[in-house]
Amino acid sequence: MQRPFLSGPKQGELRCFKDTMYHKEKSIQIKNSASALYNNLSVLRIAPRRLTYFTVVHANVVNTVSASWDGLNYSHRQLQSKEPNVATSTSLIMQAAFCVLPSRDLLVVSSQKGIQMYESDGSIMVYWHALDTPEAPTAQAVFARGISAVSDNYICVGVSSGAVLVFDIPSKGSNITLSEVLEEHKEAITDIASECSGSQECLANLVTADDGGNMCVWKSGEEFQLLNKIPGFDITCSSVKLWKGTVLAGYGTGQIRLYEAVTGILHAEVNAHARWIYSLDIAPFSGLLLSAAEDSFVRVWHVSMTPETNNVEIAHLHNECVTDTQICGAKFCDGDGYAFAVTGYDLSEIIRLPSDEPGHSNGKWAAVTGQTWLRTDNIELLEKY
Amino acid sequence: MSTRTLPLLFINLGGEMLYILDQRLRAQNIPADKAKKVMNDIITTMFNKKFLEELFKPQELYSKKALRTVFDRLAHASIMRLNQASMDKLYDLMTMAFKYQVLLCPRPKDILLVSFNHMDAIKDFVKDTPSILSQVDETYQQLIEMYTPLSNGEFQLIRQTLLIFFQDMHIRVSIFLKDKVQNSNGRFVLPISGPVPRGTQVPGLIRIFSCAGEELTRLQFKNGGNYSSALREGSFELFGDRVTKLGTNMYSVSRPVETHMSGASKSSAQHTKVNAAPNPLAKEELNLLARLMGGLEGQKPGSTDNGFRVNLFATDEEEEEALISRPDELSYGVINIQATKDQQTNAELAKIMGEFTESGDQSPSASSKGDDLLAMMDGL
Repeated sequence: MQRPFLSGPKQGELRCFKDTMYHKEKSIQIKNSASALYNNLSVLRIAPRRLTYFTVVHANVVNTVSASWDGLNYSHRQLQSKEPNVATSTSLIMQAAFCVLPSRDLLVVSSQKGIQMYESDGSIMVYWHALDTPEAPTAQAVFARGISAVSDNYICVGVSSGAVLVFDIPSKGSNITLSEVLEEHKEAITDIASECSGSQECLANLVTADDGGNMCVWKSGEEFQLLNKIPGFDITCSSVKLWKGTVLAGYGTGQIRLYEAVTGILHAEVNAHARWIYSLDIAPFSGLLLSAAEDSFVRVWHVSMTPETNNVEIAHLHNECVTDTQICGAKFCDGDGYAFAVTGYDLSEIIRLPSDEPGHSNGKWAAVTGQTWLRTDNIELLEKY
Repeated sequence: MSTRTLPLLFINLGGEMLYILDQRLRAQNIPADKAKKVMNDIITTMFNKKFLEELFKPQELYSKKALRTVFDRLAHASIMRLNQASMDKLYDLMTMAFKYQVLLCPRPKDILLVSFNHMDAIKDFVKDTPSILSQVDETYQQLIEMYTPLSNGEFQLIRQTLLIFFQDMHIRVSIFLKDKVQNSNGRFVLPISGPVPRGTQVPGLIRIFSCAGEELTRLQFKNGGNYSSALREGSFELFGDRVTKLGTNMYSVSRPVETHMSGASKSSAQHTKVNAAPNPLAKEELNLLARLMGGLEGQKPGSTDNGFRVNLFATDEEEEEALISRPDELSYGVINIQATKDQQTNAELAKIMGEFTESGDQSPSASSKGDDLLAMMDGL
């Protein structure tokens, strides 16, 4: 008996984005071009104010843009990396990411010198943590990279030594403290991801990845607990996500792999890209996965789980080619994955898709298997996001 | 970022410079013995032991200004002279060529193969001169020792550091435009076809596994490109087929070298604005530069009547025109440092001060020397 590849969409499970008749998205111009860094785009949706924040790193500057949903207002801000010691060399920024916690949102910037935390609009710096940088440069580079909010009150940031710094974040104010240093990785941290904040109970809620493709799975708490180690094969895992107990990892070989977090069982392997993957993102409400690489492609996938068999599957939905561009950041703009944004090396704009610009998709992400997806006519559902 | 980037940057840019100079020397019908002397002098200077020692130390990349100064010095290490416009054009070509090579490298570690291609060609230039040949061979060993143990992740960091250095450079190069590897907007063509890198599979396959580890399903998807399997591995040893063509000599007498200055993109202008802010770190950079330059032995400028001028343009008029019409945002702001054999930094700085001091100034204190130098740099 032929087992169906994908279970049909359940009520409210996946809503395929229909033609954009509500609003068309245009590219956002940014003050500087994006640098070739992993995960070089972060998006924060502020529904009550009908705004979305975007942040992109250029060398030693963070460009933030606040875009109103009606497409009429854009406001830009630039943040410089902090150089506490003027006599030493420039501090290049490795990553800037929004961290969403129940009580507050912060913008975290990790650089060669340390970690800065700002209010999400970049207006005030609330915390600075300096890395131990040697007097004279050493063969081993020193930097912080890999940022994620974890559970209700932690932010984790990775370091080039392989250490993961755990910061305790109070619900307001600047009394942020370094709570723990996790030392399991031997190679530079590339990316960190988490799930299950707030009410949900999860066995594992944090995954950390490094330059050698090794991944560690943790449970947060006063003392973080190491639950599992998934070995790499000297192939860098440049971007990682955690969703419903599944680790989704993007590699330098262009492969995407799905592992069960606590056991390390390999669920799926995709020969996804022809070059190094730079960014993965998951839309948690729909299971849509976004992958972007140096090969100029952004691909949309659908990840689904069959609880009865404990199987996890992945299907390819859509390709988007950003001509002559090595993509360095790609993020969904909302939890359902209706729209996504893309940055590329040397590109001074944030491309938003679907768009009405020629050559880009208009939003019809039909499954290649030919199964029909539910198209929502539920306006209330769309307007909610 | 990576502290191991400078040697690769220097050697590859140097290699491109030699390709271009070799082509120009032949195009201008410079007598063979003079041409050979120029090439040998430059290569000897490039691979000077003291200089390379400094270069290979772990350090952050120099600024564009500082690196341009080093190459200015290198280009004038012999009896050949270049006018400002020609030097600018030479540097544009060198940097755009290496930017192209870095971008197109299928895997980050292929940058090492590109470097070996340049080294192989340099070796060929000096194959008749055993003394220089041995210098080059020694450098090969240093490269192999330093870079072959690095992981893929560390190579990607080197590549990312180089890409930051080349950020926003979109100078159009005639030979690239003709070969359709560069668009008219100055951006390089990134093909979505051709062989995938070694270690990568052609995109298209999805494999689903059961919890027991057996493959349940295989699915194909359309990758939107036109890829083929990877080529064989290039050699990372002293000798061998590097396989990649990136880093090999693309110039010949029949393919002249031109760049287009018009239509400098808006983004490059914006980028320059961000960089123009006074950089207090330049003091340290100047110190490093002075030490580095001290190791570069060169002829005193204009000291010999053996000297001749090389033009990177077709005519003298074109060269003059290029100098006048070069857009401000693309000027390199070269620091004019005359290095002497005396290695002491203070002496170096004093001499540099002497070059620029307007009217026999009293010698200021050490700290303000740096400040004045900064002011000078900004004024360049």
